[in-house]
Order: sequence, then C-alpha cells, then structure tokens
Amino acid sequence: MNASSFTFTPENLARVDRIIAQYPLGKQASAVMPLLDLAQRQSGGWVPQEALDYVADFLKMPRIDVYEVASFYTMFNLKPVGTNLVQVCTTTPCWLRGSEGIVGACKKKLGIDVGETTPDGQFTLIEVECLGACVNAPMVQINESYYEDLTPEGIEKIIDALKAGQKPVAGSQTGRAGSCAQSGSTSLDLGNTP
Amino acid sequence: MPKLTIDGHEVEVAPGTSLLQACAQLGIEVPHFCYHDKLSVAGCCRMCLVEVEKMPKPVASCAMPCGEGMVVRTDSPVARRAHHSVMEMLLINHPLDCPICDQGGECDLQDQAVAYGFDRGRYAEAKRAVQDKELGPLVKTVMTRCIHCSRCVRFVDEICGTPELGLIHRGEHTEVSTYVNKPLTTELSGNLIDICPVGALTNKPAAFTARSWEFTKTDSVDVFDAVGCNIIVESRGDAVMRILPRKNDAINEEWINDKSRFALDGLTRQRLDRPYVRRNGKLQPATWEEAFAAIADTLNRTDPNRIAALAGDMADCESLYALKNLMWRLGSPHMDCRQDGADYDVSTRAAYVMNSGIEGIEESDAILLIGTNPRHEATLVNARIRKTWLKRGCKVGLIGTPVDLGTPYELVGETPTALLDAAHPFMDFLRHAKKPMIILGAGALARADGAALHRVARDLAEKIGAVREDWNGFNVLQLAASRVGGLDLGFLPQEGGVGTRGICSGKMKAVWLLGADEIDMTTLGDAFVIYQGTHGDKGAHRADVILPSAAYTEKTGIYVNTEGRPQRAERAVPPPGDAREDWKILRAFSETMGQTLPFDTIEQLRAQMVEETPVLGLMNERPAAPWASFGKEGSLSATPFTPVIPNFYMTDPISRASVTMAKCTEEIGGQNRNKAA
Repeated sequence: MNASSFTFTPENLARVDRIIAQYPLGKQASAVMPLLDLAQRQSGGWVPQEALDYVADFLKMPRIDVYEVASFYTMFNLKPVGTNLVQVCTTTPCWLRGSEGIVGACKKKLGIDVGETTPDGQFTLIEVECLGACVNAPMVQINESYYEDLTPEGIEKIIDALKAGQKPVAGSQTGRAGSCAQSGSTSLDLGNTP
Repeated sequence: MPKLTIDGHEVEVAPGTSLLQACAQLGIEVPHFCYHDKLSVAGCCRMCLVEVEKMPKPVASCAMPCGEGMVVRTDSPVARRAHHSVMEMLLINHPLDCPICDQGGECDLQDQAVAYGFDRGRYAEAKRAVQDKELGPLVKTVMTRCIHCSRCVRFVDEICGTPELGLIHRGEHTEVSTYVNKPLTTELSGNLIDICPVGALTNKPAAFTARSWEFTKTDSVDVFDAVGCNIIVESRGDAVMRILPRKNDAINEEWINDKSRFALDGLTRQRLDRPYVRRNGKLQPATWEEAFAAIADTLNRTDPNRIAALAGDMADCESLYALKNLMWRLGSPHMDCRQDGADYDVSTRAAYVMNSGIEGIEESDAILLIGTNPRHEATLVNARIRKTWLKRGCKVGLIGTPVDLGTPYELVGETPTALLDAAHPFMDFLRHAKKPMIILGAGALARADGAALHRVARDLAEKIGAVREDWNGFNVLQLAASRVGGLDLGFLPQEGGVGTRGICSGKMKAVWLLGADEIDMTTLGDAFVIYQGTHGDKGAHRADVILPSAAYTEKTGIYVNTEGRPQRAERAVPPPGDAREDWKILRAFSETMGQTLPFDTIEQLRAQMVEETPVLGLMNERPAAPWASFGKEGSLSATPFTPVIPNFYMTDPISRASVTMAKCTEEIGGQNRNKAA
C-alpha cells in the first residue's frame, strides 16, 4: 500500500462507525485499539506511522497517546512483516515441551533469524510470550491460526504448505480434541475414550 | 477530617490529603521522584514507600489518602529497607556518571541516593542504554539517565496542553519519547529541566558551563512580558549564567516561559557599553560628558514644545519617574509610555489592569478572551487558564485570531464587532456564569478602534455581571513589563501634549527614547534622537546620541505587572563597560541642563515616587482598583484581529540579540499556530 497516506476503506469506515458506537458519547478515544487493529489489517499486517496519525486525528486524540498504545502492545507491528507472521511461543510451558526445537526448525527452514523477514517477504519469524494455549504446547501462531502439539518436523510441513500457497489445518497437529490428556479424556467421558 | 499518627506525631488533615502531603505538613521528609505538587499523581517511582500499620506491605504515600486512625512510620526498618531496595533498583539502569552530568549538585537522585541508598552497589551485569531524543534547541536529553518518573509527560500534558511526550514501549524497554523526534512546541519547555529529578533533561544552551553551587543567586522579576514572573538570576562573576523560576503561587506558580529563561545570552550580545555621539553622520564613541554636552546643546536650542519622550517596554518605574520629572523640568508636555500607540482611556486604574488577578482566573467559570493569544502574550496566564479548565471545567471563548491555546475554546468571532453579538450562545453562557471574566488583550487596544473596543468591553463586562461587589472580572492583559508602572506614574501626554501617535508624526525636534525600539523610526522625521537603552537595536541605529544603560539584571528596579502588583527586581551583575543605571543617567544629565532632579540616591527617588504615586509603595501586593466609569465612545471596525506577536521568541532588543532565541525561531517557529481546538 501507499505509505505516504492512509485512510480507511469505505467498508472499514462503516465498521469504525459500529465500533465507536459501542462506547459512550465523547469517549470515542476508547476505540483506539480496535481501530488500530483494523488499520493493521488494512495495511497488510502492520501499522505505518501515517495510519497511527490517521487514527489519532480520527479519534481526536493526541498523536503521542496513540504511539504509546501502539508501541505498548506487541500485537501491533510498527514495521512491515511478511505475509505469514510466524509467532513461536517460548514461554515456560511451551519451552518445557520443546519450543526451542520449534524455533530452531523455523530458523533452519526459513533461513532467517528471529525478528527477520525472508527476502521474498513471505515469512517473518518472531518469538512471543504466552498465547494461552499451554495445554497443547508447544504451539505457534501464524497470522490468525494456532498450530498446536507441534514437533520440529510438523512445523516444517506447515511452512512447506504455506509456501505452496495451501492453508494447513489449524489446531492440534496430533488430532487431540479439545484439551484432553494425550492419552485421551481421563475424567469426563465424552464418548471418545478408546 | 481524618486524624492519624505519623512517626508518633498526631495530625489532622483535610479529607483527600495524601500521606506524603500529611508528612510534608509535619515537616517529615519522604523521598520521592514522580510526585510533584503541581502535577497529577502517578505513583510510579515507588520511592515514597512508608509503613502503615495493619497494611501487609509498604504503601506508596503519594497515592494513599490519609485515613482515620492510620499509624504511619516513615523511618521504621520496613520503610528504610523499602527505600534502600527501590533506590537499588533505580540505580541498576542509571549510569553512575555524576561527574560528567550537568544535574550533578542539584540532582534529586544523587541527593536521595546518599540519604536513602546503600553505600555500595551489588549490580555487576550490563546496564541498558537508551538513544537520546531530539527535543529542540532548549532541552538536552541523556535518556539513559531517565528513571521513568513521567513528570515530564504529565507536565506537557497538564500544564502546557501540548501532549507531545509519552512513554513508549513497555517494561524494560520503556522510553520517554516524542516518537517522531520533533522539537517540543510548548513555550514552557524549560520547566522540564527543573522538574526532571535526574540528569535526563538538562539545559541545552547552558550545557557544561557551570555547577549549581558556583552561582550567586539574586531574586528578580522577569520583564519579557507583563506577567511579572518571579525569577532567580544565577550569576558567576559578572555573567548571568542561568535564570530560574522563583515560586510565587499568585503569579507564576513555579514556572517561567522559555523566553524568560533562555534569552539571557542576549544580555551579552549587541550591548551598548559606552556612549556614542553622531558626528558627520556617523556614530562615534564618546565620553559621558561629550554625550551630555551634545544633548544639552540641542535641547537648549529647541523649543520645549518640540521635545518629546517615549518609554519602551522594559523600563522600570524609577527611570520612568526620573524621565517624566526631567521632561517636566524641560517644559515638555509630550511623553508616552505606550509605544504601541494605544490611546484608550487610562484615567482610572481599573481600566488598565487585570482586576481579578492571575490567581482570580481559578475562580472563574467562563472566560472570554478578546483580541489576545495569551499563550504568546502571557504564557503563565495561559497556563492558569488551562489549569482552571482542567480542574474546574471553565468554559473559554475567543474573539480573535484562531490559535492553539492548549485549552479547548469556542471561537466566538474574529472581528471586534463580534462583541456586539448578544445573541451568540457563548454570550448567553457568560451572562449566566457565576464568575464571568473578560480578558482584553492590550495588543488589540493598540488598534485604530482600540479605544472604542475598550469601552465596549467595559460595557459588556457590566452587562454580563462580571463587575460586582465581590468580583471584578474585567481584565486588561498588558504586554509590556513597564506599561502598568508607566500608566500609574502618568507617563502620558500632559496638558497640551501629544502621545505616541503625535510624537511619531515627524513634528518633534528632539525625541528621548527610553529603551523604545518598537516604533517605526522613520516616523520621527529629522528629530534629534537620544536613545537611552541597552542594545544596539532599532533605536540605537536611528539615534544621534546613545546613552548606554543597565539591563534588568543589572539594576534594581520596580516593575508593576499586569495585575497592578509592584515588584522589585534586584541587581545581580554590574552593567557592561560604561553603561549606567537609567535613573542615574537621567539624574546626571539633569545637572548638565541646570535642572537638577531632586534626588541623589535610589531611596530618595523611591520615596518621592511613592509619595506621588502611593500604589507603587505597596510592594508585592495587588491593591483592588475601584470600579469607575471610563472609556471613549467610538465605533468598532469589522477588520479581523491580527496576531500581536508575530514571533514569540523575538519581541524585544534582548531576545532579538539572543542566539538561543534565534535557534528557537528557526526550529520551532514561534508563530501563531492556527489550530482551533
């Protein structure tokens, strides 16, 4: 997109109206985070400075306040990212379950280090803190999708699929339903015990 | 009224008082960094922890309101340990570079580390480093020293109304930043240097020039506008090194604007340090005797009715009094202290001062600004308006050029005729307000329809109930430090005399300019011009004789601020070279003319002056001016108001000579920012 200017598309403007309407009159600044998220989606996964300024002016907020919010939350990307944003969780539960191996596999497969983007702009690899899927650790978030119960080979396959333009099946890669124990449900009989 | 015990002392405090404030009332020191009594409470530095009985952990005393029966200990082992630990944590990422830090010697962190810290560090790992930020020509940053107290962020937000600083990123990566690395646009940015408790924000023009303990401190009064901010002039030897605000809650609280603080390098540049006499069309150095003889020679040959005197914007009362006296002795009725050419009715004091006082702004609930941009004309008055809006939600209306005041306001109109628009909703709001206020810019009063505007504003004040027994909300916001004093002293056209417009009409044969530079010098025609002043500015270029005088830091003098409050500035350093104090020059010259002025010391002069104008003797007081009928009939023009100050950073001979102010002009602009809120 053209980074020298930013405006919401007509469809997004309609969504913005609905978002702002959720907050009390005169408190439209409360909508800053959903609007930044919208701006990030519209701009291809990151929020350029122009979009930050646009959102600030749109909500009649001091620009620095928007910069503060956008830089505080790691989910807002202030620099361009690849088409697939690979976010490997390396917080304790995932780490205990082998997230180091996942990071290593990603690095090897993509040929980049953490925080880098592949030359073709397809992948950006970052480490993130807990994404709340510890029961199915280790896990990786790629764009909107969670890929859980990973092995180094598993993540390589997922990356291959993404490279090929396919959409790999999200969720547990071992086919676990919900978050039951690996050996199957132990406390509640959901009808799927072996 | 909660009653509590602090360190064994019982104290009863007003509801809502924080523990830290209660301790301060008892004179008990609690260390703190982020707390500042003029800013909102952040509670983020954790240095003010105290022990409160029955509370499981030490509490931040700045953010904890006093409760009935609390038992607080500020010096118990628990509190002591808390101070030690917080200090150790703060010092983990703070460089120990005091010897090369400009804050050294006046650093809160340094002092408190000595008083409340460990005697050694245990931290041996790598420290974090932060990139410095570019905040413009006045504030230098060393961001690695920042302890994230957020005072600066709150200051620009709350006091200035220019939210340009913020804390970006999070956790260990937190930084104070503008994010976009643009200079701060506030005119109060110098105060950031004062409120920063560490050496992160320091004085850029004064970087690496001196240590705070080397200075001689002199109490003085600022003369760059008519607010009369209280200042401390810090000097070393013959040089003024720094100017800092002096606390006065009635006027400037604890702030001063950037021109007051940073224009001081103008005091050493372009200075007139010896008399000059124009010979064969060229100004040539002369002795005082030669200069006086040249003036006496001309004045003796001139019809007294063709002699005139004009006073500038920085003249002290003593020199105005002496010059008026001299003119009277010479037989000239032509004099004026309003070099802007204003000609409104000044027959009574209530007509030209700020009747409510600056502190009175805080009582008002509706303020109408007329033809003024207080942000540039009286920065601290503007700060007070913002404070009132923030604390009490007063409504502000403006008839004038739309500008960014930092406070939201309603634009009522851009021309004087808007004053007559009684149907405007804001006028209706004013009528129903409890304490309505009108602030009339003196710049607007210098317009051709200024006198009529003055009258209409006065009538409006009465109509909206701004003038009552218990409240006078009719305020004239003067621009010049000398103006109210000059008007009090009657430095005005005498019987049969003419004012500035008459003097600047080419009809005078001799004109005495007392630091008057803001007139069009060509309008003086072929008059013999005596320029008595400090700088080689416009007046000196036109002059036939130059009498070098002392600037405001180099003499003692009384200045009356826009509220009508006389204040005395003291001499911090001697004047350069042969320059002398203004009243002494006039006294010495009067002898040459055989018209010796009847005083030999400044005390005698002051005694006579106060006898004639008693109000000038009420030092630091703000005598109420009785309301009276005043004003001249006339018609308002439909020409829009125009900005009175084209460039905030350069308004007078001192700031025009200042390199720092030139840099500000270049980098920040100083123009009227045309942004309505």
